[in-house]
Amino acid sequence: MTDAGRHPGIKIHTLSEVVDIKGNVGNFDVKIVKKARYVNEKECTACGDCAQVCPVIRPDEFNLGLSSRRAIYSPFPQAVPSAYVLNANECLGNNPVVCSKCLEACEKKCIDFHMSDETFTEHVGTVVVATGLKPHDPRVLDEYGYTRFENVLTSLEFERLVNAGGPTQGELLRPTDRKQPKKVGFIQCVGSRSARRGKPYCSNTCCMNTVKSTLVLKEHYPDMSVKVFYVDIRAFGKGFEDLYTRSRRQGVHYVRGLPGHVEELPDKSLRVAVENVGTGLLDYYELDMLVLAIGIEPAESTNRLQEMLGLQLTSDGFFLEAHPKLQPVDAATRGIFYAGCAEGPKDIKESVTQASAAAVRAIRLMQSDQITAEAIVSEIDPELCNCCGKCAQVCPYNAITVDPKNKIPAKVATAACAGCGTCAAECRFGAITMNHFTDRQIYDQIDAMLEEGAKEKILTFACNWCSYAGADYAGVSRLQYPPKARVIRTMCSGRVDEDFIWHGFKKGAPIVLVSGCHIGDCHYIDANHWTVKRVEKVRKKMEKKGIRPERLQLEWISAAEGVRFAGVINRMEELRQTVSEKEIAESIALLEK
Amino acid sequence: MTASIKSAAQSRAQNAAPEVRVGVYVCHCGLNIAQTVDCDGVAEAVAGLPDVVVSRGIGYACSEPGQREIRNDIETHGLNRIVIGSCSPRLHEPTFRQMLVAAGLNPYLLEMANLREQCSWVHMKQPAQATAKAHDLVKMAVAKVRRLQPLIEPKLPMTRKALVIGGGVAGIQSALDMADNGYEVILVEKQPSIGGVMAQLDKTFPTMDCSI
Repeated sequence: MTDAGRHPGIKIHTLSEVVDIKGNVGNFDVKIVKKARYVNEKECTACGDCAQVCPVIRPDEFNLGLSSRRAIYSPFPQAVPSAYVLNANECLGNNPVVCSKCLEACEKKCIDFHMSDETFTEHVGTVVVATGLKPHDPRVLDEYGYTRFENVLTSLEFERLVNAGGPTQGELLRPTDRKQPKKVGFIQCVGSRSARRGKPYCSNTCCMNTVKSTLVLKEHYPDMSVKVFYVDIRAFGKGFEDLYTRSRRQGVHYVRGLPGHVEELPDKSLRVAVENVGTGLLDYYELDMLVLAIGIEPAESTNRLQEMLGLQLTSDGFFLEAHPKLQPVDAATRGIFYAGCAEGPKDIKESVTQASAAAVRAIRLMQSDQITAEAIVSEIDPELCNCCGKCAQVCPYNAITVDPKNKIPAKVATAACAGCGTCAAECRFGAITMNHFTDRQIYDQIDAMLEEGAKEKILTFACNWCSYAGADYAGVSRLQYPPKARVIRTMCSGRVDEDFIWHGFKKGAPIVLVSGCHIGDCHYIDANHWTVKRVEKVRKKMEKKGIRPERLQLEWISAAEGVRFAGVINRMEELRQTVSEKEIAESIALLEK
Repeated sequence: MTASIKSAAQSRAQNAAPEVRVGVYVCHCGLNIAQTVDCDGVAEAVAGLPDVVVSRGIGYACSEPGQREIRNDIETHGLNRIVIGSCSPRLHEPTFRQMLVAAGLNPYLLEMANLREQCSWVHMKQPAQATAKAHDLVKMAVAKVRRLQPLIEPKLPMTRKALVIGGGVAGIQSALDMADNGYEVILVEKQPSIGGVMAQLDKTFPTMDCSI
């Protein structure tokens, strides 16, 4: 922490939030709002004279309310920057009649009530998102009695209590009677691994955090009875099992089963009812203190930042990486990287590893004063553009600007374009050329395919990242399927223009299959949503025209789903066999009308 | 914008050779493709397609001798579009693009037909139908390659400065690593101090030392 504070290359803005980010890789303009500290950060020596005279007493956030602080305070002794901060909402104000005691006490005169919030812009090339986590609020699980019973604590509160710098100087005391507890219990998976209450995923750190806490307790108080109520202990990392065994060896009692009920006894002790899964019996334990091993949730700022940067989230609410194995710290948007719990629950070691990886990935781009941009991008001919604005609406990267009101033609910010081709597929005026996957090129592919024996062929569009890769995987796995499909690769299923489908039917295709990444897995954020809309639209039109809509199929196939790809082609072949020569000829006649 | 499009079109006109000359190579991949698909037959069948100057089977297109053969053809026959019927482009497209660059061509003047993962390996018991499919796939690739235009990867300026959002252990580590490598870092933290949740923890595993 202090290294970062002292580093000449790092400019730290505390009490600050990013409110807007514009631009693309290499050139982001970041708008930051820095709240007033009311204390000159550079001048303050953290002597503490101001806090001594401050009459306002408030709960200390750093110690989770287990101790108090003043309205002017230092967040914690090792804070960086090591300057005091004044909470203007709590302060009695700059009124000499009422207070202003701190102003008088500060010898260096670094308290300034006239300080105001600042807004400024920084220009950067890359962004590392390290927004951290939000601890689970265990009040959801009311049976554990958190906040109803004072001696039920969260694991984070426990951390403060056993910390030498904490409110009790590291001595474990019960909140109710300030006495050392003799019997302490830990409940695992609070807010984790439950689809019903809390989150369905494993929070990754709570098992080892509890194991560590039991060892801290056994080290300080060898006679203390320590119990852990758990589902299973996940000691999967390097050295984890060893620590767990050590804890068991030191007499910590691990009880398999989560308590169903906690009640408070007259002396404020707690009685815990738990079904021991090992014995099948309902056991009761009397404990002096109960610690809830709370899970990790996405930080509150996640959604706002996701919208601002156009990022994606997993179903758990954490940031989604570009590729889970090969690009685990990259966002799908180039130049943005993830570090720490922003990407998913993880411990300190993993956070640091990922942070270093993110730094290297960012440096990889920043090492030159120029970067190579994607060549497969779209281009707009302003003379053909009708300024309807549809392309800008469908672009997942906000790379297109257009002004339909003032009839200013659309323009692509080449640096932001990722080359999915959705814009070109949506443009009804032929104004957009998707390089390397142009309309002309794709029509020629369709023509070449259907020139002879069209009836025997399944016109298949596959996106490069998922369904085409899924087809490759079927090959690698030597899955055998009917040799009827002819695949046209596009970068994204969003590239598949309505007219490609019509063209296919006009040329005699019995079946047209459009395939792409599963919804939520699209390599181009959400471009495949437009694929769905387009396919639905075409099917409706087919129905109106009198063409069987089943002849147009949409399938989601991931890169790992070779079996699914083979299955889909089998199904397509069955469907193809239902399409007669006559039906094809009728469709061609209908379409050529 | 108008100007830049025109200049792009102009530069393309300059780069593109006046006449399209296609070379087609149908890779045997040892027996991976050749035991199911009649590779030389496919090459022969597409030889008559418009603009195809050279069309032949090849043992291993990706191997050094294979690439040399194609490069020689590019030089001898003045080829300016290449079709390779072989494995998936997801595997060897970068390899063959580099080969084009080495031969003095724009790397985007290449089209691959997927004859292995999406043909020979999945239709092993139907050699005739697999060959017919391979023929179609190569024909489609020829149709596309004739329309391909050279593309240029544009260069953009890079600001050698990074923003780190969040001053917890991950943000601090990222900021330090980048700053130690000489890059300017802006670290934004909404709390009055950096440190995040980590700073609140007591002894941390596995060293059991203080987290700060």
